[in-house]
Amino acid sequence: MSQTVIHVEGLGKRYRVGERERYLALRDVLTRAFTAPFRSGQERSTRDYLWALRDVSFDVQRGEVVGLIGRNGAGKTTLLKILSRITRPTAGFAEIHGRVASLLEVGTGFHPELTGRENVFLSGAVLGMKRGEIVRKFDEIVDFAGVDRYIDTPLKHFSTGMQMRLAFAVAAHLEPEILFVDEVLAVGDLEFQKKCLGKMQEVSKSGRTIVFVSHQMNQIRRLCEWVLWIDGGQIRQQGPTAELSAAYEASGSGQQQQRDRTEAPNAKASFQKWEILEPCGTGPNILDSFGPLTAKVTLVVKRPLRNVQHGIVLYNAERQLLWGTGFDGLELQEGVQHFLYKLPTLPLRPGPYNLRVTLYDDQGLIDDWECVPELVVATKPVTHPKDEWAGFMNIPCSLSVVSG
Amino acid sequence: MNAAAEPARLAEPLVLRITPPTRWWTIPLGELWSYRELLYFFVWRDIKIRYKQTAIGAAWTVLQPLLTMLVFSLFFGRLAHIPSDGLPYPIFYYSALLPWMYFAAALQNATNTIVENQRLITKVYFPRLALPLSAVLSGLVDFGVSFLMFLVLMVYYRVRPGAAVLWLPVFLLLAILTALGVGLWLSALNAIYRDVRYVLPFLVQFWMFASPVVYASSLVPVKWRWLYGLNPMAGVIEGFRWSLTGRGDPPGRLIYVSAGMVIVLLLSGVGYFQKMETTVADVV
Repeated sequence: MSQTVIHVEGLGKRYRVGERERYLALRDVLTRAFTAPFRSGQERSTRDYLWALRDVSFDVQRGEVVGLIGRNGAGKTTLLKILSRITRPTAGFAEIHGRVASLLEVGTGFHPELTGRENVFLSGAVLGMKRGEIVRKFDEIVDFAGVDRYIDTPLKHFSTGMQMRLAFAVAAHLEPEILFVDEVLAVGDLEFQKKCLGKMQEVSKSGRTIVFVSHQMNQIRRLCEWVLWIDGGQIRQQGPTAELSAAYEASGSGQQQQRDRTEAPNAKASFQKWEILEPCGTGPNILDSFGPLTAKVTLVVKRPLRNVQHGIVLYNAERQLLWGTGFDGLELQEGVQHFLYKLPTLPLRPGPYNLRVTLYDDQGLIDDWECVPELVVATKPVTHPKDEWAGFMNIPCSLSVVSG
Repeated sequence: MNAAAEPARLAEPLVLRITPPTRWWTIPLGELWSYRELLYFFVWRDIKIRYKQTAIGAAWTVLQPLLTMLVFSLFFGRLAHIPSDGLPYPIFYYSALLPWMYFAAALQNATNTIVENQRLITKVYFPRLALPLSAVLSGLVDFGVSFLMFLVLMVYYRVRPGAAVLWLPVFLLLAILTALGVGLWLSALNAIYRDVRYVLPFLVQFWMFASPVVYASSLVPVKWRWLYGLNPMAGVIEGFRWSLTGRGDPPGRLIYVSAGMVIVLLLSGVGYFQKMETTVADVV
C-alpha cells in the first residue's frame, strides 16, 4: 500500500546574487533609490539571479528513507529548507501529507543560560513536541543523552559533546510522520553516531518517512532505500542507493583522483602511477564486482636495487588496517618497472577504501605512497541488514538446512 | 507504542501545500492557536533569561518605575509645578509609568526579536508572528510586579479607584495591542534595515513626550484632543489614570480614536510582517 506523502513538482528557488543572506542598511536602499533613474535598464538587468534550485520534481512514498546527496552548494539544504517551510520557493509547489519535523541543526532553540532540563523543554517545543509529550519522554531523553547528573546545571557549563548528545537526544525522540534531517550526524563521537543511526533506523522501521542529507556515503548506504542526487540545483539522477552512490562517488573522485604522481620523485626509486586493470568499473577507482582483481603500480627506478622489500596495505575510511602483505628480496632493474597484483576476490563491504604501497632496502625507506586515496567498492551489500552485525566483509553466503 | 499513544494525530489527514508567496495576507489565528504551547515556551524563556542574566533579577522591575516616578515627582512636580489634576504626584506619575514602561519595554523586545532569534528562524518553522507576540506578552510579568507596587502606593496615599477600575483590563489590552502593532512594523523593518535598532531609543523618547506621561492630557486644548488620540498611548495612559484613581473624566472620544488607530496599526503591521516573513530566512 504505497502512498505518496511528499509530492514535489517543478520546485525552484531564486536568489539575487550578492544579496543572498545579507541584510541591508537603509543607506543602501536610499542610494539605490536615488541612483535608479540614472542607471540604464540594461545595467539593472545584468544584476544576476541565481537559481539555487530549479525544476525539482519527485515523490516520496510513506515509510521510505530517502538520501539527498550532492556537492556543497548543490542545493540540498535549500531543498530541505523549502520542504520544512523555513523559506518559500520561487516556483513550483510541494505537497506534504503528515506531521513534519525537521532537524537542520543540532540544538535548535538551545539557550546557554538555561539548564539542561529547561533546554529539553524549550528545544522539544521548538521542534514541534507537545508539552505532555516532552514530560512523558523526559527520562528517556536524559537517559539517551547520558547527562542525568548535569541536567539541572546551565547548558553553558556542558561540554560541547554533552550539548550535542542532549540536543540529539531531544531530536531523536520526535515522533513526526515525516522527518527532514540535514547532516546532523556528522557531529559527536563514533559511539554516539552509531546510537543515533540505530535510533533513526528504528524510526524508519516504524513506518515514518525520512529525507536525509549526508556527505558520509556509509550512512546513506546504511539508511536509505533510494537517493536523490542534486547537482547545480537540479536533480541529476534518482534511483536505488547502491547504483547511485557508486556513480556519485565515482563522479567526485574521478577528477581529483590522479593516477599519476605529482610529487618530487625519490632519489633511488619512486612510485609513479596506479591502475586497476580488472574489473573495469564505471570509473578508474571503482570496483563493481567481487573479483578477481588485478591492479598495477608503476615505479621508476633510478639505479639498480637489490634486496628490496615491498609492502601493500588496505585501509577503510575509518583508517582501520584491513589487510596487508609484503614481498621480500626483490631485485629491481634501472628504468620503468610495473608491479602487478592479482587477487582472486576482494569481498569488501561497499564504501571507500585506501591503498598504500611502501618500498624499503637495507638502508631504510625508499618510498611510501598513498597510491589510491579513494578506492570505491560498489558491489551490492549481501551482509546482515543491521549495521552492528554486518562487519567488514561482504561475502555472499548461502544456507541449506540438511536433516539427519 | 507510538501509534497507540497518538491515534488521533495519525488519523488526522493533514495536507500541507508549499507554494511561492502570494500578494495576499491573512491573520493566521488558527495556526497561532495550534502553536500556543510554543508561544508559551517563548514567553517563559524570555522571562527566565531576563531574570537569570541580571544580578538582582526581579528587583529591577520594581526599582525602575519607582525611581523614575521619584525623579519625575521631584523635577516635573515639585520644581516645575506641572498640574496633576489634583492627584498626589507619585500617584499621578506612577499610574502613567505603569502602562508606559510596559509599552516601551515590550516595543523594544518586539523590535529586536526577529534579529535575536535569527538562528531559530533559519533552522525551524513556526509561525513567525509568535516571536513579536511572545515578546509583547512576556513584558506582562514585569507589569504585574510593578502593579503590585502601585497597590502599595495607593494604600499609602489613600486613593480609591471606584467602579472605573473595571475598565482597566480594556486599557491594558489596548496597550498590549499598540505594542504589538508597532512592534510588528519595527521588528520586520529591523530584520531588513538594521538602522531601526539605533532609531528606536529616540522614537521611544519622543513618543513619551508625545504621550501624557509627565503631564496630563488636560493640557492639550480640547479641540485638538481627538487628534491627540491618534497616539494610542495617549488614550491608554489617560485611561489608566482615570480607571486607577477614579479622578478626572473618562477619556471619551480620545479612546475611540486611539482604538481605531490600534486596529489600523495592527492590521497593517500583520500585513507588513507577513511580507517580510516570506523572505526573512534569506536575509537575516
